[in-house]
Amino acid sequence: MASEGGHGPQTSGDYISHHLQNLQVCKAESGEWVWNQCAGNPLAINVDSMFWSVFLGLIFILMFRSVAKKTSSGKPGKLQAFVEIIVDFVDGSVKDTFHGKSRLIAPLALTIFVWVFFMNLMDLVPVDWIPLAASASGIPYMKVVPTTDVNITFGMSISVFILIIFYTIKNKGIGGFIGELTLHPIAPPLKGPGIIAAPFVIAFNFILESVALLAKPVSLSLRLFGNMFAGELIFILIALLGIWQLPLHFGWAVFHVLIVTLQAFIFMMLTIVYLSLASETH
Amino acid sequence: METVIGFTAIAVALLIGLGALGVGIGMGLLGGRFLEGAARQPELAPMLQTKMFIVVALLDAVAMIGVGIALFFAFANPFIGQLQQATLPAGG
Repeated sequence: MASEGGHGPQTSGDYISHHLQNLQVCKAESGEWVWNQCAGNPLAINVDSMFWSVFLGLIFILMFRSVAKKTSSGKPGKLQAFVEIIVDFVDGSVKDTFHGKSRLIAPLALTIFVWVFFMNLMDLVPVDWIPLAASASGIPYMKVVPTTDVNITFGMSISVFILIIFYTIKNKGIGGFIGELTLHPIAPPLKGPGIIAAPFVIAFNFILESVALLAKPVSLSLRLFGNMFAGELIFILIALLGIWQLPLHFGWAVFHVLIVTLQAFIFMMLTIVYLSLASETH
Repeated sequence: METVIGFTAIAVALLIGLGALGVGIGMGLLGGRFLEGAARQPELAPMLQTKMFIVVALLDAVAMIGVGIALFFAFANPFIGQLQQATLPAGG
């Protein structure tokens, strides 16, 4: 089953791998920067993901800022009502879940929710449109959904992880942070004859708790990546079907709208929950 | 080479299928409990629905990580590259 999308005759395997390839730039061994010859180079930069994520982030910031500057309580326009709904929703979620005191959490949650939602929404643009336009202007590969790139999702989740550690140390001190890692879930016996077992209990606690701590950013990013990558791959596979793709595309796109919104919401909720756990002082 | 490709195909199917099986049973139980809770106290239904969606996305995570890894093996199998590297100097 061959499919031509303006790239000439190719097999379906070629079509799929073509659409799964990022636009990469990296430094070759000779020291010069080359495009798209970076297979396996860990220092390669995915230019298309960087461009689309920054572009969508700018759209979010500029749109919300323009609404904020022109707020009118008498006759709110439709865009202002829409922005107010989103801000209210995020504010309600933060108030319900976060029991500490911080001025960073609610703007962080709003940014994460709307930015991830916009990036996921690019998955609903038909698979071939933007890459065809790009290859018409000489760009060979273009993946338009930044959240299907592991680098983007790990970038966000590692930033959240750094914030978790920062908030833990800020609210509980370094002693509290280390205590959380070594004194839970089994309290080591520090008095009496059982003190011989204390180092083993502490080591056991440390292994369990550090795995749980590291699982937070890894699961946060891979959840978003896995959902979006699988969705995009199914869109590509349906696009291989020729004329029968239209009803299948429509059905899958309707389901994918739910996934897109849900994943953005979950990323935001888990960020709030993790930061709330880091900030609670018993 | 054929055995590597064949076993990779079976592994991909197991990854996706077992993940789907577990998630299917889990979400079925979750949805059932939600409906029971909403039937007992209808005024709590919106709050319960929000919490249900949170748990749905958490369940999805592990299944989706499995699907991601399985699709990686389906389309960019690293074992084939390893095999080609290993058999090349032997006279391939």
